[in-house]
Amino acid sequence: MTIRKLSEKLAVGVLFSSSTVTTLAVLFIIFFLFRSGIGLFNDSSVEPHYTLVVHKNNPIDHLTSQALMAIFDGHTTNWSEVGGKDLPIELVTIDEIASQYDEAALGESLEGVPACVEDYMAHNEQAIGFFDATFVPADFSGKHLVLPKISLADFFLGRSWYPTAVPAAQFGVLPLVMGTLWVTFLAILIALPIGLIAAIYLSEIADERMRKVLKPVIELLAGIPSVVYGFFGLVVLVPFIQRLFGLPVGETALAGSLILAIMALPTIITIAEDAIRSTPVSLKEASLALGATHWQSIRLVILPYARSGIMAAFILGIGRAIGETMAVLMVTGNAAVMPSTFLEPVRTIPATIAAELGEAPFGGTHFKALFTLGIILFVITFLINTAVELIKPKKP
Amino acid sequence: MADVKVEAKDFNLFYGDFQALKHINFKAEEHTITAFIGPSGCGKSTLLRSFNRMNDLIDGVRTTGTTLVNGISVYDKAVNVDELRKQVGMVFQKPNPFPKSIFENVAYGLRVNGVRDKHLIEERVVTSIQQAALWDEVKDKLKKSANALSGGQQQRLCIARALAIEPSVILMDEPASALDPISTAKIEELIYELKQRYTIIIVTHNMQQAARVSDYTAFFYLGELIEHDETKTIFTNPKSLQTQNYITGRFG
Amino acid sequence: MSKRNFRLSKRSSQWLAFSLFRLVSFSIVGVLFVILGFIIVRGASAISWEFLTGMPKNGMTEGGIFPAIVGTLCLVAGSIVFAFPIGVLSGIYMNEYLKENWFKKTIRSMTNNLAGVPSIVFGLFGMALFVHSLDFGDSILAGSLTLGLMVLPIIIRTTEEALKSVDDSLRLASYALGATKLQTIRKVVLPIAYPNILTGLILSVSRVSGETAPILFTVAAYFLPRLPNSIFDQVMALPYHLYVLTTSGTNIEASRPMAYGTALVLIIIVLLVNLLANAVRKYFTNKLS
Repeated sequence: MTIRKLSEKLAVGVLFSSSTVTTLAVLFIIFFLFRSGIGLFNDSSVEPHYTLVVHKNNPIDHLTSQALMAIFDGHTTNWSEVGGKDLPIELVTIDEIASQYDEAALGESLEGVPACVEDYMAHNEQAIGFFDATFVPADFSGKHLVLPKISLADFFLGRSWYPTAVPAAQFGVLPLVMGTLWVTFLAILIALPIGLIAAIYLSEIADERMRKVLKPVIELLAGIPSVVYGFFGLVVLVPFIQRLFGLPVGETALAGSLILAIMALPTIITIAEDAIRSTPVSLKEASLALGATHWQSIRLVILPYARSGIMAAFILGIGRAIGETMAVLMVTGNAAVMPSTFLEPVRTIPATIAAELGEAPFGGTHFKALFTLGIILFVITFLINTAVELIKPKKP
Repeated sequence: MADVKVEAKDFNLFYGDFQALKHINFKAEEHTITAFIGPSGCGKSTLLRSFNRMNDLIDGVRTTGTTLVNGISVYDKAVNVDELRKQVGMVFQKPNPFPKSIFENVAYGLRVNGVRDKHLIEERVVTSIQQAALWDEVKDKLKKSANALSGGQQQRLCIARALAIEPSVILMDEPASALDPISTAKIEELIYELKQRYTIIIVTHNMQQAARVSDYTAFFYLGELIEHDETKTIFTNPKSLQTQNYITGRFG
Repeated sequence: MSKRNFRLSKRSSQWLAFSLFRLVSFSIVGVLFVILGFIIVRGASAISWEFLTGMPKNGMTEGGIFPAIVGTLCLVAGSIVFAFPIGVLSGIYMNEYLKENWFKKTIRSMTNNLAGVPSIVFGLFGMALFVHSLDFGDSILAGSLTLGLMVLPIIIRTTEEALKSVDDSLRLASYALGATKLQTIRKVVLPIAYPNILTGLILSVSRVSGETAPILFTVAAYFLPRLPNSIFDQVMALPYHLYVLTTSGTNIEASRPMAYGTALVLIIIVLLVNLLANAVRKYFTNKLS
């Protein structure tokens, strides 16, 4: 008897522990995303072990990532443009030093480089040097610039995403966020009406025979792997769009939206159909008994009654589209630029993670930035779930 | 003799293989109340729903013979169902107001039937609510949701909703079975009032209710119309033994 | 406008709307047929015995996809071994033991949240926890655990639904005969709910075999023409292989036939799994009636 009781207790313990796994998983996901991503905002955007130096008379103490990029790209050519003296900017790297000094001065195993750097920088007030920290002497006569830190504003409002740019990587997620929103928005714009119509057709109009055809079709659409959708999009849809609009490349936001629309359809149809079916038959009967046609009853009684469920379908459809990775990665062309038309390549948040994480050094700034993108995605899906739970009709 | 408003002629109805109504012959005259009584599953609701084709919603329903409303054959192919249903008001077992305002509930039937004139709609809504003896209770809150009303009020609202499209026949499917005794009394009173203008058929489980409100009573059993006569006669001097057993409470 | 005219338009507006609805609904069938048809027609010629059982050769433009098939099988097996017991136990606990209180609400809401997490986020998480923190490296173990977590909500939900559909009177009858709760669950409830639970398992298999994003950084190998020896090995996997062949192969044009073939194999898996799930469902409903 006691053994039986004990085993019963044990079993309940096992059952209980299992039921906590999903909760733990969510907490772990939050923990690990933040642990891996949050350090981003303490990091410098300049590559580790590198330093920026200027002449001791140069009044500039620090430069933003954007200002650095502008200098390196040759857009900024005078110190006055960044608040310094009226001197042309001269960019000095180790190649510059190597070409200015002979081998004797540089030394056989580069042991003379620090001295050369000191010499060159001391004589050129207009120079800005970008060197490996070991090439700058400890008693350097000039100034080390304070390296720019990545700020929340840089990250969330920055308009350029160049995670591997030299000397200062740019982690502005705005183009990625906009890319995601554009692709998702158009996809839902296409999928919602079609999905809603199919849901109405399935729940109200189709007879048993039609349902028997449509239901498995929708299940199959839901079952096709996203990479197969991506493949189909790439070999069929992309060339088609390219030819149709006479574009240089067919990988566009439009291609992503079309594929996403197909992928979001099963979610939208299933949930909307359930919502429409949940309308009490008595309401439909009341409407018909008053001389309304079936179509009037659907429009005026059934759809209004099911609207919170339809809203849920809409939101979950968005969730499905926002998080989708592979198909979008394969058909949107992945240019991290602010989208301006649906006929140009864009890059979404999930596609960025998938495309770049493999090349980002573990624990580095780029790596952290990608995890921060993961946090953004997680927060979005969390909000979507909360919204759905809030609008879900309370059962009487 | 007064006009026959509702009629069934050798009417049969099948759910798949199951015959739910067998050779029904029935007539109801203008400005009368007929009660359909009988045990559950006897076909009384099914027949009621055959006068406005609400059975169409169920898959696999087949009919032979005819039912007629205002002399028009209900199941005739040429009949426009919506038009038919406009002439036949229906009140259901449980109050089923739309999740809209009180005003919009009553206006619904007018709107779906193409009435656009605001004044006409307003006038009809007010009259209908008055006819349904609900006006004093709701006149200050016409814009409020119908779901905020009590069960009895909701049912009278549903009656008002049915009246608004000016039907000539009103079908009531156990209209008071979900209500408390006081609300039931109000509904019965209302039904009696409505007799002046409409032909009413009411399905009820409640024998006293049938005796109280109806002029005629039809007793159904296993899909057959066993007896149809003046209510007085049915309750005091039934011809059939089955009817007698039922109304004296031996089964059902 | 006469009344009669209006009635006509009321009817014809219904006819118009319903015709449009039918057209739109069946265009969805059309889309599916185009996708399936295209891949089946193009892929059929690539499928051969060598394709299914051979190693990829010559920069993945020739040979077969055997290691990817084996890899996907390993991942399916691994994730199911992990997720199925936990999911079913969790579903049992939620439906049979927990009352409707804050704890159950929390678990359910967390399960919903987990179900909504994008697959790429699972990939990030799997990489951070399994590959690095637990130091499993890129391995079948890390990939299976990541995929397992991803399908856990599916299994929990289907188990819960399956248990919910078991008539309560059967439980009461069992208690009345002196059976404990656990005995009742094991001997009465589970046998009835079993086929429906199985449907959840089958759907999970479909999901696992097609997912790419979660395995990108936890297990999938670009090119590894041998079979795994242990759960700490990397493997190739069908969906990732298709991605590689399509976008980053050494010679994308030459590997197109291989890509079509791989896509077809993936489609066949999905079709088979769906057929199986439907068969189980049918078996279940027949048994009940």
